[in-house]
Amino acid sequence: MSSEYQTLTKNGLWENNPALVQLLGLCPLLAVTGTVTNALGLGIATMLVLIGSNVTVSLVRNFVPKEIRIPVFVIVIATFVTLVELLMNAFTYGLYMALGIFIPLIVTNCAIIGRAEAYASKNPWPQAAFDGFMMGLGFACVLVALGAMRELLGQGTLFDGAEMLLGEWARELRIQIVQFDYPLLLAILPPGAFIGMGFLIAGKNWLDGRRLQKAQQSPVVKAQRARVTTVN
Amino acid sequence: MSFFIASSPHHHMRRNTADLMRLVLLAMVPGVLAQWYFFGWGVILQIALAISVALAAEALCLLARNREASSGLRDYTAVVTAALLAISIPPLAPWWVIVIGTLFSIVIVKHLFGGVGHNIFNPAMAGYVLLLISFPAQMTSWLPPVTIAHELPGFWDSVRLLLFGFTGDGYSLEQIRHVDTGAMLDAVVMATPLDHIKTELAQGFTLSEAKGAVIFQGVAGSGWQWVNLAYLAGGLYLLKQRVISWHIPGALLGTLAVFALLGAVFAPDQLPNVDIHLFSGATMLAAFFIATDPVSAATSTRGKLIYAALIGLLIYVIRTWGGYPDAVAFAVLLANLCVPVIDQYTKPTAYGHHEERS
Repeated sequence: MSSEYQTLTKNGLWENNPALVQLLGLCPLLAVTGTVTNALGLGIATMLVLIGSNVTVSLVRNFVPKEIRIPVFVIVIATFVTLVELLMNAFTYGLYMALGIFIPLIVTNCAIIGRAEAYASKNPWPQAAFDGFMMGLGFACVLVALGAMRELLGQGTLFDGAEMLLGEWARELRIQIVQFDYPLLLAILPPGAFIGMGFLIAGKNWLDGRRLQKAQQSPVVKAQRARVTTVN
Repeated sequence: MSFFIASSPHHHMRRNTADLMRLVLLAMVPGVLAQWYFFGWGVILQIALAISVALAAEALCLLARNREASSGLRDYTAVVTAALLAISIPPLAPWWVIVIGTLFSIVIVKHLFGGVGHNIFNPAMAGYVLLLISFPAQMTSWLPPVTIAHELPGFWDSVRLLLFGFTGDGYSLEQIRHVDTGAMLDAVVMATPLDHIKTELAQGFTLSEAKGAVIFQGVAGSGWQWVNLAYLAGGLYLLKQRVISWHIPGALLGTLAVFALLGAVFAPDQLPNVDIHLFSGATMLAAFFIATDPVSAATSTRGKLIYAALIGLLIYVIRTWGGYPDAVAFAVLLANLCVPVIDQYTKPTAYGHHEERS
């Protein structure tokens, strides 16, 4: 059982990362990653929706006829998105205003319905919840990485506006790393998101390729036996 | 008796890429000289800076991709890209502008797409667009031409402006750009002719009122018309040397002229005339040097005509209704995007085959 959880962790964070490998949910990924705060806020919101919808879909999987499963999934997801939207409206109003249309648009994020269809509708709820958590975490990590890249190039800061997400104390989190006289506006604009995303995917492929090369270069040395008497 | 049977292509070109690129550089000389005369030493400095950065970036990219660096450097494509970018930006823009633009052109637009012959976008224009939308203030700070400027900064003042932003006497670029208009007591910052017309027309002035400004001495703006004529001369030399065919410049200028003529017929005092469209901004540079880039342009004859007409139309549309005064870079990039489709539908049929008759 523990190996199942290990596989889920590895898949969600790296091997089958929703943003870097499945390339799902690119619309919010590209649209809101102008700053780390926005990226983190949307990442957490997506993760909460993903956990909630995965658990619910998994619990009702034996009662839902196959023919109408998609509408049911959509209703479940829409419910959780509404919940998250209302929560954000109540507790993180600044971020709610900053993210705007992209919070309701979580409902159209293919990563969520994809996990509901591919995993949660076939597995018991504890695994489904864990899968939702890991997929959401993997998605949030990519969002934050892209947000950090773009914010650094476009503003020279990190965690600008963190108080919108975490409350007044977080104003201190803002770090001015570089003071640009003329920041690279392109990084904040949509083309910057596409180019940054391309670099992130290229970086992942490069790391994978290097790991594969290393694995091939060092073959496991086996003891040579003159005569094989047993079947392996 | 034995026959020598060669495989296709049967048409042989004596010239290789490097020869063609050298001819393109040679054809650019009149235009660059005109720019140097009207706008000072800045353009020469920018070209030198861009070429050195481009060669270094090209060498590093080739090394990183395990290619032979010397052959890649000797084909002059990086030099042409750098020169095109350098003559497109304002002559006294700070040094980091051209460095960022050239690095983006060579590393991202050219080598990440596969190097020479594989880039789908024109590297120089992609670099220009990056700079224009990232640093709008620096990229619109054109100098007044020598004919109306108080005085253009000399060589060492240009170097200082490029590196530190101030001349030896402590004048900033903004102060140098001011022009005494004569009619008014105070001086105004000089815009390019196209920029000036766009602003005036947007404010409700007529074309003839806009053309009364001091920058419009001559047909299409003081200084600018001669720069365009010089690039036209260089382009005609390229045509004569058969480096480029007439299709792309012909279709581009023709489409632009037709639409400008329609505009002049239907709204004579609200839209710029044909002469302004053809001889101001970067029109001639685009028609003969930028749109004709053999890698990112369409390949077949019919395809070239469609591709260039599309650029001409886009230039007119963006100049007239868009947010930017000049539109060459955006038009070329948008047309580059359409090239695969154009090539797909203009594929010439092989000899002896014909399309299915229904």
